[in-house]
Amino acid sequence: MNEKKYIMRAEDFSFTYPGAPAPTLKSINLPIEKNKITALIGPSGCGKSTLLRAFNRIHDLYPGMKYEGKILLANKDGGMDNILELKKERDLVRLRQRVGMIFQKPTPFPMSIYDNVAYGLKLSGVKSKSELDGRVETALKGAALWSEVKDRLKDSAMGMSGGQQQRLCIARAVALKPDVLLFDEPTSALDPISTGAIEELVSELKKEVSIAIVTHNMQQASRLSDYTAFMYLGDLIEFNKTKKIFMNPDEKLTEDYITGRFG
Amino acid sequence: MIGNMFKRFSLFSAISILLILAGIFVTLYIYASDSIHQFGWHFLTNSIWEVGEDDEGGVFGGLIPITGSILTTAIAMIIAVPIAMGIAVFLTEVAFPWLIKPVSIAIELLAAIPSIIYGMWGLFYFAPIIQKTFGGTGIGLLTASIVLAIMIIPFMSAITKDAMNVVPDVLKESAYAMGATKFEVIKDVIMPYSKRAIIGSVILALGRAIGETMAVAFLLGSIMRFPHKITDPTTSIPVLLANNFSEAQDLELSSMFYLALILFALSFAVISLAKFYFLRKD
Repeated sequence: MNEKKYIMRAEDFSFTYPGAPAPTLKSINLPIEKNKITALIGPSGCGKSTLLRAFNRIHDLYPGMKYEGKILLANKDGGMDNILELKKERDLVRLRQRVGMIFQKPTPFPMSIYDNVAYGLKLSGVKSKSELDGRVETALKGAALWSEVKDRLKDSAMGMSGGQQQRLCIARAVALKPDVLLFDEPTSALDPISTGAIEELVSELKKEVSIAIVTHNMQQASRLSDYTAFMYLGDLIEFNKTKKIFMNPDEKLTEDYITGRFG
Repeated sequence: MIGNMFKRFSLFSAISILLILAGIFVTLYIYASDSIHQFGWHFLTNSIWEVGEDDEGGVFGGLIPITGSILTTAIAMIIAVPIAMGIAVFLTEVAFPWLIKPVSIAIELLAAIPSIIYGMWGLFYFAPIIQKTFGGTGIGLLTASIVLAIMIIPFMSAITKDAMNVVPDVLKESAYAMGATKFEVIKDVIMPYSKRAIIGSVILALGRAIGETMAVAFLLGSIMRFPHKITDPTTSIPVLLANNFSEAQDLELSSMFYLALILFALSFAVISLAKFYFLRKD
């Protein structure tokens, strides 16, 4: 396969939490293809969220985390940089603007709907009111939220429903025009209707960004994703096209998990 | 029935608070009524406090102690609020984990020290330092305000720190994930999220500062004079009450109750303002 199709790639990546005797992730090799959805599945504690959280170095907020190996992110010149080498706060900020993240629970900031979406833009240095207005509108439209909130942009985001809040968080991340979006079980706190809306949105979004999504829900992985990685106890057991993983996995362990023999 | 009894008991407890509040107000008003009749609103703008010949009657005005109370409290707040916020932010977001526990315990211990100890420390140790640095006698507005600030800082930072600690990690993470720096997360997420508690702690501290008697009585000077410099001695409502109450009679005594009523109204106004203005919205 051609190098340039990958936006991110973990190479021999190991990760150890502070004080843990053994690494939580062991020598992971995982590519994230451009404009595709890559799902990470596996039982609780397999390290899928830990891996996702390494892709934007959010682990660095807590002291003592140990990274080994490489996580590569495509740069503008067509090459790839190892994001684990970034040290300065400024570089991490830039990384996180390129690699956005949506969390399990909706996390609106304690400010208005408009300000929530404009927040990241303002941080990245957008000052002009008209540009902010335009990009907020585009982002909210992109998150299928515009028609619901256009008349109450100044209202507090805390008053929205859970599903709306999650779409707001997606809009907020999309507004920054990231290269990659990381979804950490984005629908596990939502009802089925909101879940459907989010899933639809995620499949729409892959036209513009590359997506990695952690999910507990195997139907969700099979519905949404182009590629699936199955992880177990810190190892990446199998990575392949989603169809292949769900129809005819190479590994016995993958098959057992997918057919619900453990989980 | 137990449930019914409990209901009545809790109703009684709730109402008794209102009764006590009203009772204090009424008592103060009755004792102050002579002075209120005599001086009316003019009491607030008059700076003369003189007992008449033969200890009878006299002219009493509360402007100096009222000014003294407001000035000491204001200066103390100006010093204390930023420092207390700084301590709280440091303890929740910046400090090394091993440092957080001992510093937090130290703060809580400081908050529990009786004010007379702050007064003694201020008088014997701190006042000479102020005297050397800023001139004056060492006893005055600045010394009292700084010691007052030191007294309320632990209190404010303890409450604020607890509020900042409950900001959900995931909320902070999402701000970082948007490319926020630590400073931006503190300013845009942690501060607004704990806004209510911060304002609440400031108000409580303000209430404590405005009514503080012992430490200020040691350090403010208890002199019926307007301060012209920040190092000048003056007096405040609680200090005047504490120093002169035992000797006062008749109209002076009534005027003191008038002052107490004003202090009561001031604290009440501050807290009501906070409740209705800052805390009304979710």
